[in-house]
Amino acid sequence: MAQNSARPLSPHLGIWKWGAAMAVSILHRATGTALATAGMLGLVWWLLAVAAGKPSYVVFQDWAGWWPGKVVMIGLTWAFFQHLCSGIRHFIMDVGAGFELKTNRTSAFIVFSAAVTLTTLLWTYLLVMKG
Amino acid sequence: MGAGTNLGRVRGLGSAKHGAEHWLKQRTTAIGNFALFLWLIMSLVRLPDYSFETMHTWLSSPWAAIPMILLVISVFQHFRMGLQVFIEDYVHDEGLKFAAIVALNFYTIGLGATAVFAIAKIAFAATGAAPNV
Repeated sequence: MAQNSARPLSPHLGIWKWGAAMAVSILHRATGTALATAGMLGLVWWLLAVAAGKPSYVVFQDWAGWWPGKVVMIGLTWAFFQHLCSGIRHFIMDVGAGFELKTNRTSAFIVFSAAVTLTTLLWTYLLVMKG
Repeated sequence: MGAGTNLGRVRGLGSAKHGAEHWLKQRTTAIGNFALFLWLIMSLVRLPDYSFETMHTWLSSPWAAIPMILLVISVFQHFRMGLQVFIEDYVHDEGLKFAAIVALNFYTIGLGATAVFAIAKIAFAATGAAPNV
């Protein structure tokens, strides 16, 4: 069907601004995708390295211990906790709770701060206690 | 309701009660991921160090190898379904969508089999004669 380009489009796609709930929503997909690709490739590399023997594991350790490797691992840890907390929020909304505007917004902020807090706690422990 | 073909009779009647399966499986695997990742993080935190010897000894125990295999199965199913929805939502060309779904399944099953093989190799190497390390 030919469309008359002069006709106005529904404006809803052009009028919006970022909100906490929509940020959590799109981040759930983004972090999930990152974990499924980079995260799982890293996990399988680690398992294969242990299976293949000490020389392969040392190569893995060198990459993981180098600072860009650490940045990637901290990033993936944050992605994991963000996805986890956001997933728990999904479970709550699945039973029909937490849709009131204020509650919904608050729970979105809780997800953000919990993910950052858990990442910080875990990595502080790992870096301080294990070097 | 006409007495035509099977397809003709059911067309337009809506759900065959299987529509919730994908959604539900995404949730059940999420619960599995939660429990198994909690186990993995606790285990890794409690290891004394991350040397090859420590890692290999830990992963060769059935108490680590079995949950690790379960983790791979649960997580890989979960992300296969998640990425499938992702593809269905954002890839609009039917041919490309089909190719992307096929690629996703190859990736998931291929990488998952590799992971399970690696865990099995670690676990079984420990019970055999001398591990070649």
